[in-house]
Amino acid sequence: MTAVLSENSSTPTSGRDIVLSLHGVTKEYPTTPPVRALRGVDFSVTRGELVGVVGPSGSGKSTLLHIMGTLDRPTAGEVTVAGYDIDDLSDRDLSALRSRHIGFVFQQFHLLSGYTALDNVADGLLYTGLNLRTRRDMAEQALRRVDLGHRLDHVATKLSGGERQRVAVARALVGTPSIVLADEPTGNLDTENSDAIVDLIRQINEEGVTFVVITHNREIAGAFPRTAGLRDGRIEYDTGLSHE
Amino acid sequence: MLRTASVGLRTRRLRAALSALGIMIGIAAMVGVLGLSESSKSDLLAQLDRLGTNLLTVQAGTGIGIGSGELPSEAAGMISRIGPVEQTSTVSAVDANVYKSDFIPEGQTGGITVQAVDINLLDTLAGRVADGKFLDDATAEYPTAVLGSVAAERLGIREVTGTQQIWLGEQWFTVVGLLDQFELNPDLDRAALVGMSAAESYLNHEVVPSSILIRVDPDFVDDVTSVLAATANPQNPEEVEVARPSDALEAKEAADDAFTALFLGLGAVALLVGGVGIANVMVISVLERRSEIGLRRALGATKRHVAVQFLGEALLLSAVGGIGGVALGWAVTGVYANVRGWDTLIPPIAIIGGVVAALLIGAVAGLYPAIRAARMSPTEALRTA
Repeated sequence: MTAVLSENSSTPTSGRDIVLSLHGVTKEYPTTPPVRALRGVDFSVTRGELVGVVGPSGSGKSTLLHIMGTLDRPTAGEVTVAGYDIDDLSDRDLSALRSRHIGFVFQQFHLLSGYTALDNVADGLLYTGLNLRTRRDMAEQALRRVDLGHRLDHVATKLSGGERQRVAVARALVGTPSIVLADEPTGNLDTENSDAIVDLIRQINEEGVTFVVITHNREIAGAFPRTAGLRDGRIEYDTGLSHE
Repeated sequence: MLRTASVGLRTRRLRAALSALGIMIGIAAMVGVLGLSESSKSDLLAQLDRLGTNLLTVQAGTGIGIGSGELPSEAAGMISRIGPVEQTSTVSAVDANVYKSDFIPEGQTGGITVQAVDINLLDTLAGRVADGKFLDDATAEYPTAVLGSVAAERLGIREVTGTQQIWLGEQWFTVVGLLDQFELNPDLDRAALVGMSAAESYLNHEVVPSSILIRVDPDFVDDVTSVLAATANPQNPEEVEVARPSDALEAKEAADDAFTALFLGLGAVALLVGGVGIANVMVISVLERRSEIGLRRALGATKRHVAVQFLGEALLLSAVGGIGGVALGWAVTGVYANVRGWDTLIPPIAIIGGVVAALLIGAVAGLYPAIRAARMSPTEALRTA
């Protein structure tokens, strides 16, 4: 991990290995009064990193995740994902970008209740144009990767919370995205399952997958190789910057 | 796409079934109405085919200032000289009553009339004998009678034994035959029919035609109709009523058509309500499934993908309703036609039209919810999960 980081830090501006970068990102919601959720955030993630973003509720974590995930556009500033400036992309292009380059893991898992674990994961590839058979084959591999090879045909509602989140992780991984964004992935889990998910994330990261985990839990974030603190819409600290 | 569109239906089966039911009832009503009307129409056409539409009747007009209720006695002869006339048969009302026996009080006539008829009457009217036989050259001379279906029932006679007698015009007449219903001339169902000679010799009846039944060449029905009155009674043609009994059957069918239109209208209303039901269910579904919409957008679905999914779901619902409705309408028609002894005929337009109408309604009903789902911002959709 450190090797990857130091190697990247030697060429930080080449952009080749920067998977995600935010520059001067501000997000304002046009409510009355207007809410400034993000105020000039500079943040970038290099390939292979595992970053924890920690902050109390209302600090702008969700907004940051949505903007990193191209689900929302910033009011001001630049966002680049996998080499694409999202300002240049249409809504349709952004959808394509998400389907190919970004994986999501949510606190509420967001599994489709009528589907089996296999089909839930296969749905992660639904908008990539692959056929159903290929999608299922890849989904099976992804589920084996998260140790759920024995639960392929279980309907989502019959799985335990920990298992559901593993399915969600498998779904995020199945399309081999450039980056996986996890929004409070342990928020709905007990300590044991929570630890298991964190371990899983670390293990997968060691296999080369780039992760950004957003959490309010300092303990979890602190255990990751790099931690960024968010408060009142600003990056308060970022342990990754010390490498540069 | 079909798989994705059916997610919502598979996970909420009862709701999907109920909302498809609305469309189903509407389509079933329309298919059933069209099927029944087609089946009954085909039955009527078969009936008309069998009975022929070339029968005309000439009757003396009755009523104040119109006449005596009798046609000139030479009318039948005159009419048979019209070129396209193929057959004539005279009916002459006899002033007599019929009783089951001579013990029955005089007032209880049972509404049965006595008619003296030519022996070719049955043939002319395309009538059928239920039991025994019709009058022939021999029996027409003697005190024998053939009973119309209603008359036979009222006299309590169900079959011909050869020995049954009825008290007709103060005399005993032997029943030699029972008739089926006359589809073209129901008046004769309530009559006891006797031969012309028998009426003259036993009932002192002076044969004056009260009506004449005429079969004409089918190609000249209108031509003959226009000259019949003047031919039957050259002195007072206005006292003659000319009718074409098959018109009555056709008029009945026209009345049925009016009902068909009414029921089609009701079916359309049911369909509309079904469509509103689908729209309602889809709107609720979009609200309930915000998180799914958010997730799909995160997985890379475009707005179009989301719109297509929800529109597909509405179409699938309405297709299920449409196909189910056609099947139900078909079944109802089949059962009813079977009971009535008709052939089951469903016009292809009803089948195709039924499914197409259901799909159109589904498309219209699904459009707004689909657009709403597509326009939902992904962050909004995920936040409210």
